[in-house]
Amino acid sequence: MDFSRRDLFKAGGKLLVLASVGATLEQITGAEPASDAYKMADHWWGMIIDIDHCIGCGNCVRACSRENGVPHGYFRTWVERYQIEEGKQPRVDSPDGAMEGFPPNTRERLKSFFVPKLCNQCAASPCVQVCPVGATFVSPDGVVLVDDTYCLGCRYCVQACPYGCRYLHPQKQTVDKCTLCYHRITKGLTTACCESCPTGARLLVDFKNPKDPVHEILRNNKVEVLKPYMATQAKVYYKNLDGAVR
Amino acid sequence: MIPGVNGFMYPNEVELQWSVLIVLYPYITGLVAGAFILASLERVFKVEAVRPTYRLALLTALAFLLVAPLPLQLHLGHPERSFEMYLTPHTSSAMAMFGFVYLWYLTVVLLLEIWLEYRAEIVGLAQTTTGIRRLIYRALTLGSYNVSPEARRIDDKVGYAVTVIGIPSAFLLHGYVGFIFGSVKANPWWSSPLMPIVFLFSAMVSGIAAVMVLYVVCSKLRKVPIDMRCLDTIARYLFYTFVIDFTLEMLDLVHRTYEADESFRSLDFMVHTRLWFSQVILQIMLGTLVPLAILAANQLWRFSVGVRKAMYMTAGGLTLIGIFAMRWNVVIGGQLFSKSFLGYTSYKMELVTREGLLSAIALMILPFVIFLVLIKLLPPWQEEKPR
Repeated sequence: MDFSRRDLFKAGGKLLVLASVGATLEQITGAEPASDAYKMADHWWGMIIDIDHCIGCGNCVRACSRENGVPHGYFRTWVERYQIEEGKQPRVDSPDGAMEGFPPNTRERLKSFFVPKLCNQCAASPCVQVCPVGATFVSPDGVVLVDDTYCLGCRYCVQACPYGCRYLHPQKQTVDKCTLCYHRITKGLTTACCESCPTGARLLVDFKNPKDPVHEILRNNKVEVLKPYMATQAKVYYKNLDGAVR
Repeated sequence: MIPGVNGFMYPNEVELQWSVLIVLYPYITGLVAGAFILASLERVFKVEAVRPTYRLALLTALAFLLVAPLPLQLHLGHPERSFEMYLTPHTSSAMAMFGFVYLWYLTVVLLLEIWLEYRAEIVGLAQTTTGIRRLIYRALTLGSYNVSPEARRIDDKVGYAVTVIGIPSAFLLHGYVGFIFGSVKANPWWSSPLMPIVFLFSAMVSGIAAVMVLYVVCSKLRKVPIDMRCLDTIARYLFYTFVIDFTLEMLDLVHRTYEADESFRSLDFMVHTRLWFSQVILQIMLGTLVPLAILAANQLWRFSVGVRKAMYMTAGGLTLIGIFAMRWNVVIGGQLFSKSFLGYTSYKMELVTREGLLSAIALMILPFVIFLVLIKLLPPWQEEKPR
């Protein structure tokens, strides 16, 4: 087919006019953008963790570390093992954050269970409150994030977090923490820890989605957040949490 | 087992975040606030006996205030971003207010008061010295050469007003440092509404002790007699503030012990083990009870001049060590236990790193270097020429 430069300009011009009209119409009618576009205002993220389902394999710790390039010796998520003997202080361990799981229990007649930990994505977050420059903030979709181009590295937020979820990144010299795999969840994926959990002990939930299973879970189960007396409005809920867990 | 850890720490808690430099920061700002309060005793509360230390106290406060931000800068992961605290302060953060409180105190209170106090002498020196000194003094006049009796009267009035504003400002400067710690609800060792007021009184104690010791040392070096009426008065005020400070700290201790909440077992164990030396021996016994006993003895009995000097110097030196130990126990102690209350970590101070021991020593020497420059530039001795 013979297609001169003149024809090309004509066709281009028509396309431009059509696109402009389309865009203007969309503005006038307030038409929605493509349905798969992520809108922060539509989400309010959190997590449900089922203590009884966690087997302490450490898959989540390894997956998180790989996915997010977590520096060695620091943890965005980790798993603790509680071993409780009646009338005694609980014995807790988390060897290398449970990166390689746990050695077997050596003692019997113990109440023993695993507790996966991560940032609780608090809505009334003490870490956000104390940041002197606002480098750490709660995103409109409910995730506590750190702007590492802005963080001073003063570590006041590390002190303010009741759960020990923050650390100073040794290379960046800024504070680092669980982002709830923000780069994944905003693309419709789940977090690396949830995806890698073989028993489904971790479940990413969206409180603003009426079809999310979280509503049924919260309705039908006894759930608790860590250190509720801190009143941080944590959004990581635990099913079957023992009162000894801190 | 992780070296230095007993029991269970959350994995990210093993490493301490706030080092010896953050111990220095409240110690230094405390000395500033305390020295200023002592200066205000003469200026506002008309305690004439402490006149010989008025200027010394102001210069001590300035020397330490100039150094106060340095440990923070050295500690930051990104010191080059610290100006963001001025440009985009986060209003809910106690720390964000630091820059503003600091600037207010430095410029509106301390520099202004010192300038007004020294103005007549600066003008005189600008006209009598030569060379670089003349240039410096001419710059320090800020172009104002009017030292007529009327102008001096205005200086005095404004200076008085600045001191009156300065007292709540000094309270703010250090009370707010206490608030930085006291408002951290995650940390039961810090979280207490008493923290700002304990910091405030311990600041006054350390500042008064520092000026007292400096006054004696300076007099010895200059080979001039020590004004014992002045020294006795400072020691008396040190005793009064120390009694209040000790009462507040004991109130905190008794309250914690009596309430014995969830954290108590863990904190009690820490005090009896890792903090035993710095808290019980250094802070409470050597740094508080001994100087308090010495100062109290001087309120009850009249010792000879030589004995009194020795007693005051001992009490002053021990007080300075005790208050440093108190800052150490707050800052470092608050990070030694796990927020799970199930374990303890330890602080390994480095030597030649940015936040190591040598930096800390250098930062504690620097105020004295600045102090030497200041007394050279603005001699605080005025025995022969009362105001």
